[in-house]
Amino acid sequence: MALLEATDLVKHFPASRNLFGRPTAFVRAVDGVSFHVEAGETLALVGESGCGKSTVSRLVLRLIEPDAGSVRFEGRDLLSLNADELRAFRRQAQIIFQDPYASLNPRMTVAQILGEPLALHSLVPAAQRRARIEELLRLVGLEPRFARRYPHEFSGGQRQRIAIARALAVEPKLIICDEPVSALDVSIRSQILNLLRDLQDRLGLSYIFVSHDLAVVKHIADRVAVMNLGGIVETAETAALFASPRHPYSRALLSAIPVAKPQGQRTRMILQGEMPSALNPPSGCRFHTRCPFVIDRCRAEVPKLVADSTGHATACHRTAELPSAEGIVPSDGAFSPALEKLVAAFSLSEEGPAGGGVGITGTPTAV
Amino acid sequence: MTASPLIDIKGLRVLFHGDDGRTTHAVDSVDLSVANGATLGLVGESGCGKSVTSLAIMGLLSKQSAEVSGAIRFDGFDLLDAPDETLRDLRGNRLAMIFQEPMTSLNPSFTIGDQIIETILRHRGGSRRAARERAVALLKRVHIPSPEKRIDEYPHKLSGGMRQRVMIAMALACDPRLLIADEPTTALDVTLQAQILELMRELKAASGAAIILITHDLGVVAEVCDEVAVMYAGEIVERASVDELFAAPQHPYTVGLLGSIPRLDRRAAHLATIEGMVPNMANPPAGCRFAARCPFVIDACTKTPPPLRELSPGHASRCIRAPLERLVS
Repeated sequence: MALLEATDLVKHFPASRNLFGRPTAFVRAVDGVSFHVEAGETLALVGESGCGKSTVSRLVLRLIEPDAGSVRFEGRDLLSLNADELRAFRRQAQIIFQDPYASLNPRMTVAQILGEPLALHSLVPAAQRRARIEELLRLVGLEPRFARRYPHEFSGGQRQRIAIARALAVEPKLIICDEPVSALDVSIRSQILNLLRDLQDRLGLSYIFVSHDLAVVKHIADRVAVMNLGGIVETAETAALFASPRHPYSRALLSAIPVAKPQGQRTRMILQGEMPSALNPPSGCRFHTRCPFVIDRCRAEVPKLVADSTGHATACHRTAELPSAEGIVPSDGAFSPALEKLVAAFSLSEEGPAGGGVGITGTPTAV
Repeated sequence: MTASPLIDIKGLRVLFHGDDGRTTHAVDSVDLSVANGATLGLVGESGCGKSVTSLAIMGLLSKQSAEVSGAIRFDGFDLLDAPDETLRDLRGNRLAMIFQEPMTSLNPSFTIGDQIIETILRHRGGSRRAARERAVALLKRVHIPSPEKRIDEYPHKLSGGMRQRVMIAMALACDPRLLIADEPTTALDVTLQAQILELMRELKAASGAAIILITHDLGVVAEVCDEVAVMYAGEIVERASVDELFAAPQHPYTVGLLGSIPRLDRRAAHLATIEGMVPNMANPPAGCRFAARCPFVIDACTKTPPPLRELSPGHASRCIRAPLERLVS
């Protein structure tokens, strides 16, 4: 049984209302999305701004209520839960947001931020709470003495560590990471990605990883679901998707990845035009206005997400007829042996449970 | 490459004097030059001084708070000594800039046409009708569909990618010799980013303008730049052709950056991390500014500031231990 199973999720937000408060137009943010997450795996949701990936991540936690569809967590239907049961469920599933500057209460110390979920779910007796908070800080590579500080005293990367510690406080099985590294600098980003992976190995966590950065997704995810305009157009194992994306939209997305290799060989598929509005999505396949392979059937009939024997599913009428995807995903090649060794020197200091901390000291180094 | 560069920056230094009496060294002894038609990537993380460098070139730093010294020669002018009137004549004309946030850098209360036409009339004069025709042509050049209609729209009606195109059209309005693009694609989705990068390549080929591209994204650099300067804590720590920089970087910071980005063809369990933090620029360290975070640090690194030293023609590094290959062989 899958840890989480979402079936035919639908969420339409009212975009305008008439004189009497009746909605007259809807943003069809999520329109029939189904997926599952196994225990211990990472599912990435990728797509452009406005494709509905963040809405999906909030629907599965019931932070917003779906209009239709179901979400099952360990077989239990989340939509049937009452308020108390829902609160109990939230121990199992947590979320980390994109902006660590906005997601931590500036008036609370780190100890209060981490202590709140412990108290709310009465997990740890008050006497032992302090020890647990220090343990959580060590787990995310921060020094326990930081517990008394306020969020503004930390850098972006450290704040994201605190947000992760807060999510871990209730010992969840699933963490939804909504663009957790997008707001961070490159070198800090790698620290957080390493941390998320270590925690998964150690604690057996599942992640739903929402991101628009495909190189990051390739690095962290086991499976990927590609979303376009409120629907999933392709799902596959990460390796299979990056080896040969099938849906024209996935191809365009993957071919657009900028890679750190000058003169890299690629057959870039540049999409013409703009993403249509979710207020008034195109008929048939929602990608047809931008698809270079469009035929009449695409304009009329909505393609279903159909899986092959390996579980690689595509929602495209022309899956079988499309040209080979060879050369679509750019290649960035390997490092030279010397460069590989030089890079390795930057990974050595990382070993050890608490050693990964960004050990800032009392001196005012924050910029 | 021609003998005399289009823009030549020597010993640029920018100090910010804070209200609390502290002085921040935002940019220190930066030397840069860009030839006609070349694209230079200026790379670094938040706070490394790359945007301040570009604002100094444009003369957009407030004289009250910023103390700018050194020399910036552009097309026969000394930009730091030039009177404001000269700068106003150059900016938007021979010297143009694209900013990161297309949402905030367009005026919401004027149509995009008004904003482009204003630039053309200010620098080129002529009739409003001629300017409008030129604005339509520019919008067409940056691939905005039905430009005759779009020109009368307000910025809020356009998507992010469209606004960035309008910004580019506006920057190109008077055929600049130098275009400074500060993170032009950072706020955009990958597919739009690909469109904008393609557009920049196209325009470079067509106009022969020089471009300084400021970014933190090494992938973007690899795609459009000829040369790269890597900045760290206000200094240029490495400068090389784009091929050399990615194949054989000669500053540890560059190595750390390259190792910390996930690569498509490299399945590494762990990415490289650069431990520690950027030094406090109100009180920069005595020796190498990267020493505290460098895995190759030796005593000599912390004693005196290392010079930017040329290792091979066109490839310079501010590391006394370079060439780095000998450290791991």
